[in-house]
Amino acid sequence: MKSNRTLNFTLSVYVLLVFVFVFAPIFFSVIFSFNSQRFPTIPLGNFSTEWYVKILNDPDIWQAALNSLIVSSSTAVIATILGFCTAYSDYRYNFKFKGPYLALILLPPTIPLIIMALAMLAWLSKIGMSGQLWSIILAHSVLCAPFAMAVIRLRLNQMDPDLESAAWNLGGTEWATMRHVIIPFCKPSIISALCLSAAVSFDEFAVSWFVSGLNKTLPVMILEIVQGNIDPQVNAIGSFVFLISMTLVILAQVFFLSRQMKGT
Amino acid sequence: MTSKLAQKIDIYALTWRLPIIVWQMFFFVGPVIFMIAMSFFLVKNYRMTEAFEFVNWSKMMSKSYFWDSYFYTILIASASTTLAMCLAFPAAFALAFKANETARRWAIFLLIIPFFTSYLVRTFSWFVILSEKGVVNAFLSYLGLGPYTMLNTNFGTLVGYMTLTLPLVVILQTITMANIDKTLIEAARNLGCKPFATIWRVIIPLSKTGLIVAAIFCFILSFGDFVAPFYLGGSQEPTLPILILDTTKSGQQWPRAAVVAIFMMATLFTVAFTGIAVAYRKKTSK
Repeated sequence: MKSNRTLNFTLSVYVLLVFVFVFAPIFFSVIFSFNSQRFPTIPLGNFSTEWYVKILNDPDIWQAALNSLIVSSSTAVIATILGFCTAYSDYRYNFKFKGPYLALILLPPTIPLIIMALAMLAWLSKIGMSGQLWSIILAHSVLCAPFAMAVIRLRLNQMDPDLESAAWNLGGTEWATMRHVIIPFCKPSIISALCLSAAVSFDEFAVSWFVSGLNKTLPVMILEIVQGNIDPQVNAIGSFVFLISMTLVILAQVFFLSRQMKGT
Repeated sequence: MTSKLAQKIDIYALTWRLPIIVWQMFFFVGPVIFMIAMSFFLVKNYRMTEAFEFVNWSKMMSKSYFWDSYFYTILIASASTTLAMCLAFPAAFALAFKANETARRWAIFLLIIPFFTSYLVRTFSWFVILSEKGVVNAFLSYLGLGPYTMLNTNFGTLVGYMTLTLPLVVILQTITMANIDKTLIEAARNLGCKPFATIWRVIIPLSKTGLIVAAIFCFILSFGDFVAPFYLGGSQEPTLPILILDTTKSGQQWPRAAVVAIFMMATLFTVAFTGIAVAYRKKTSK
C-alpha cells in the first residue's frame, strides 16, 4: 500500500516534469521578452519593455504581422470550406475510390514540411504563381484542410443519421436541409476548424519561407532574424506569436468540446 | 423524371465532392508529381531546363556526404522516436490509469496547445535556455556543476525533437491506454501478475496499434524537421532536410534537392507501411 502511494507520487511528479519541459520554452520566451539584458540568463536583469517598443516601431514587423493576418485568415476560410465539403461527402456518400479520395485530403500533414516547401516552390514557379502573398495561402490551404476536415467530420459523427432524412420527409430539399439543418448542427465545429487552421497557418514557416518571395510573414521574419545570432527582439515577437496562436488553439478546442456536451 | 432527379442529386453530391479533388490536384498532387519530374531536369548556367536525364540521381547517389547524411538522419530520428516513446510512457501511463477523467481531459487539452503553437519560437527559446550562459547552466553552476555545452550537439538536436514530438506522443499514448478495457488489467492483477509484468504482458500488447502509430508520427516529424538539427544541433552533421534546404536556397540546385526529397518520402512510406503492417498483424494473430 505504501509503495503504491510512493509510486503514484513519483508518477505525478513525472507528469509535472513533462509539462514543465513542454511549457518551459513558452514560459521563458515571455519572461525574457521583458528582460533588459541583451543576453538573457539567470539572475534576470531589470523589467523592461524595451524590446516591445523596438518591435512596435519597426515598420517591417508591422508589415509581417499584416501579412500573417491576411494569410492565416484567408487560409482558414479556404481550408474550412474544403474541409467541410470533404467531411460531408465522406459522411453522406459511399462511392468508388473513396480511399484515395480521403487520402487526397489527409496525406499532406504526413509529408515533411521541407518537402512540401520544395514541391510548392517548384510547382508555383512553374505555373507563375510563386513569390506572392497568395502563393502562401494556396499552399497553406492544402496543409490546413485535413485538420478542418477532421474537426468537422467528428462533429458529423454525432449527428443522428435520421435527422437529414427527417428533414427531407418534411419536404425540405437537399439544399435547404444543408442550410437549415446540417450547417447549424456543425456550426461550433466550423468555428473550431476556422480557429485551428488559422493557428496552423499562422505558425507555419517552412513553406511560407520558400514560396513567399519578399512577402515575409512573422514566422519567416523570426527565422531570418535568428539565423546565427541571439536577438532579444525575437522573444518579444515570439511572445506575441504565442499569444495569438495559443488563443486560436484554445478557442478551437473550446468550440470543439462545447459541441460534445450539447451534441450527446 | 428519374434521370432528372438523378442529375439533380448528382449536382448536389458533386458540389461537396469536387472542390477538394480540384484543389488538391492543382496544389498537392501537381506539386508532388512536378517535384518527381524535376529530379530528372538539368541545371545549366543556374537555369533549370526540362529534360529526362538521370544525372542528378547518379550525382547524388555517388556522393558520400549524401549517404552519411542519410544514415545519420535515420539514426537520429530513430533515437528521437525511442526517446520520445520512453519519456512519454510513464506520463501517459499515469494519465491513463491513475488520473481521473477530468484530469486526463485537462492534460490533453493543455498538451494540444503546444503541439499547434510555434515550434520555431519554442526552439529558439531552447537555444537561449541551453546556451553556455543560459538558464540551465546558470542553475547548474549554483550546484557547482558545469558549464556544459549543450548546443551544437546531438543532445541539443534531441531536445528540439522532443519539443516537437513529446506532446503528440503523450497524447496518443494516453488515449490508446485509456481505451484499454480496465477489467483485463484487474484480471491480470487478480491472477497474480506483478505490476511490471502487467505493463509488459497486458498493457503494451493491448495498446500496440496505438503505440506504433505514435512512434510512426514521431519518426516522421523528427525525420523531416530541419529546425532542431539546424539551430540546436548546429547542423554539424547535416540531416537530409538541411541538405534540401542548402541545395535549394544557396545552390539553386532544385533538381538535386528533389532527389533528396524523393528519397526521404520513399523512406517514410516504407517505415509507415512496415509499422502499420506490424501493428495489425500482431493484433489479428492474438
